[in-house]
Amino acid sequence: MSHFVLDARYLFCPMPVIRTQNRIAELQPGDTLEVQATDPGALHDIPAWCRVHGHEVLETRREGNEVVIKVRVAP
Amino acid sequence: MSTPRSAAVPVPDPAPAAATPRKAVALISGGLDSMLAAKVILEQGIHVEGINFYTGFCVEGHTHAIRNHEHAKPKRNNALWTAEQLGIKLHIIEVIEEYKQVVINPKHGYGANLNPCLDCKGFMVRKAREWMEKNAFDFIITGEVLGQRPMSQRRDTMPVVARESGAFDRLLRPLCARLLPETLPEREGWVDRGKLLDFNGRSRKPQMRLAAHYGFTDYAQPAGGCCFLTNEQYSHKLSDLWATRGSKQYELDDIMLLKVGRHLRPRPHFKLIVGRDEGENNFLNGYRKRFTHLYATSHEGPLVLIDGTASDADLELAARLTARFGKGREAETVTLTITDTAGHSREITVAPMPANDIPSEWYL
Repeated sequence: MSHFVLDARYLFCPMPVIRTQNRIAELQPGDTLEVQATDPGALHDIPAWCRVHGHEVLETRREGNEVVIKVRVAP
Repeated sequence: MSTPRSAAVPVPDPAPAAATPRKAVALISGGLDSMLAAKVILEQGIHVEGINFYTGFCVEGHTHAIRNHEHAKPKRNNALWTAEQLGIKLHIIEVIEEYKQVVINPKHGYGANLNPCLDCKGFMVRKAREWMEKNAFDFIITGEVLGQRPMSQRRDTMPVVARESGAFDRLLRPLCARLLPETLPEREGWVDRGKLLDFNGRSRKPQMRLAAHYGFTDYAQPAGGCCFLTNEQYSHKLSDLWATRGSKQYELDDIMLLKVGRHLRPRPHFKLIVGRDEGENNFLNGYRKRFTHLYATSHEGPLVLIDGTASDADLELAARLTARFGKGREAETVTLTITDTAGHSREITVAPMPANDIPSEWYL
């Protein structure tokens, strides 16, 4: 199990969701992915995308102008 | 010679309905019709997954986030919301580059604005068909309703979509299927045609009744559909962009900026993009380094980007317009900062332009 970081900053939704989706398609079950974004919509959309695909959202937080969403890839 | 086993045991259906359900990929826009179409097919025991395309012209997504609407509902992506309500997966496919050919050179032309609806539907169903083949799905469903849209959802154009997409009779429109010829999923008995629908025309009442039947509430009802190209003002701005550049090309940033702010073209060689509220100013601020830009320092007001090349006289005009759209509009003078693309700033003090001096044709 590995940890990865995805830089989706300066992209507008739904692009951060699409980048997350495409990155997760390359990962293994149990891997974790930390997505960094600047569009606050990502805080809503990425967890929604994770829910419909069964991936676990481990953490969401704001850091100044950035948002971070940490996801564990579904088995 | 047949083996005793094959002689004794009937050849099983390669995909018996009870064991491995047939699979449909549903085009999901985030609107009600595609949600209902997917639900109708889910109810027949079919495995459904959604597909949603991001063309750059979508009203969905960022657009809601840009403007400040104090009383607006919390922003959500309606396609994802729909998938969650239905309990299906949703795959969002970015098609920005490929979609340019649809917008720039539509074989079947445009609708009332720059909406290439028939080419667009053919394109999206083709992409869905490719996805279906790659993922071993059996058929495609859409929320199309016969007679609902003047260009793409007519009795004579619906077969064009099926043909040009290469989907042919693997394209099923559950909301109006009973008004159309039988498709493969119906003929093969994967779905029961008797449980499909016969919606027709522009009335939304049948859809609203069906939504109530399924207990769907709070679904999105975008007034102009889910695409900016059906919007008259947006299309006007895109036409202006193409005309002033002398070619029908665009980049994602171009079409994003057309969604934001007031656009005024006081001279053929430049236009102003004027933020209308804090959200738009923040959005434009992200683009400021690529444009000469200005804002008032003596009063509150918008951030304005200059798209094109502006002389000193042009910049003074731009400054007077910028002052006009800020809180100093009634002041005798307003002081502004102008910054060029090299990052050099200077101050300018001007009289705000009176509203009556702005010709209406400057507004795009």
